[in-house]
Amino acid sequence: MPILNIMLLVFILVCAVAVSMTKDLLTSVIIFMCQSLAMSVIWILLESPDLAITEAAVGAGVTSLLMFVTLKKIHAIKGERDDGEAKE
Amino acid sequence: MAKQRNDYENSWFPRLQRWLAGGSSALNDHMVEGLKAPSDAHRLISEQTLAQRESEQEAHLQEVQSREAVLYERAHDWGRTRGMRLVRALYAVAAMALCVAVIWVLLTTVAGLPSFGGQNNPINNEVSQRYIERGLQETGAVNIVAGMILDYRAFDTLGESHVLFIAACAVMILLRLSDSGDENQLSRERLEAEANDRLYEPKHDIILQRVAGMLVPIILLFGIYVILNGHLGPGGGFSGGAVMGAGLILYLNAYGFAATERFFTIKTFKAVSFGALAFYALAKAYSFFCGANHLDSGIGLGVPGRIFSSGLILYLNIAVGLVVACTMYAFYTLFRKGDM
Repeated sequence: MPILNIMLLVFILVCAVAVSMTKDLLTSVIIFMCQSLAMSVIWILLESPDLAITEAAVGAGVTSLLMFVTLKKIHAIKGERDDGEAKE
Repeated sequence: MAKQRNDYENSWFPRLQRWLAGGSSALNDHMVEGLKAPSDAHRLISEQTLAQRESEQEAHLQEVQSREAVLYERAHDWGRTRGMRLVRALYAVAAMALCVAVIWVLLTTVAGLPSFGGQNNPINNEVSQRYIERGLQETGAVNIVAGMILDYRAFDTLGESHVLFIAACAVMILLRLSDSGDENQLSRERLEAEANDRLYEPKHDIILQRVAGMLVPIILLFGIYVILNGHLGPGGGFSGGAVMGAGLILYLNAYGFAATERFFTIKTFKAVSFGALAFYALAKAYSFFCGANHLDSGIGLGVPGRIFSSGLILYLNIAVGLVVACTMYAFYTLFRKGDM
């Protein structure tokens, strides 16, 4: 159990650094999702399943969705900018 | 006897005599001579070297001006380069000092924290002891967390639900397309938003629709289960509502706005949010007026472990879940097309 805990914590640290270091915003949001999922597993290991459910639903689900919508609105997702401008 | 004068030569009588004789007074002569000489000299100089003098003066003026400019430049330069360098260096040093101080404070605080799960930690006081020992009898909830947040501290949860509702209202103020304009402009704006949205969205994506058709009922069912099971196991209104909201968003993504507008419009949002919050406020806000005294709800606590037990907690969970689900879905639709 401690080994899994430590691995997850290291994974969270790596994710947290990678989120801020990544140039691509879409990748950054996906890494943020992964971090939230690992965090929810850690909540389960810490015996607080209430928080785990909330973290998985809000942190990995709805927050990332809102980020995706925002990125789409500001045309920050690669590969869509050219299409959009061509059609506009 | 005539009065002896020291300057007899300059008194009025000899001057008159001399004037009559055709001369001019000694004083006048002297004065005229004194005036004449410089005027002549000046005339001579101005005739000869007027242009040269002017040019000299001009050169002097230019020199003074250039010296002033150099002085100004040096003063300005100090502010721009050396002064800025000094300020930057000070800024860096101050920033480093602040960082080190903050790190030191945080590290000392962390080092001074009580150990995880220790017996003598401050959280192990009479409050948590009472929650653990008598929570089941007093609230009827098997899940002590639900008993805490929806019975002992239900008033806090009321505030949290309102925070969500106010956040949705703020997003609506910022992002909702204006209702004030005339009908044509409003519909045109809406059409533009819809078209802009359609541009990036694969409509009628068969893979997404199949997967969503399988997943959405399960997700919504799981959300309802988490809400209704809040007082019996892990979960509750907030997490269940978030799960339901995510399911609704997935359904919207797969089938488009035309499918969701059949059952969820802004009227639905208003009605559900207002109804749930009003019910919660009526059920629990009395403690604001009675000095946080606990009043019996009139609903029996029932047998612990059954679905209809623990008094108001089940209904409060449903209210919170509805508010959270509506808020999540409202956030998404407002972000996407500025309306619901």
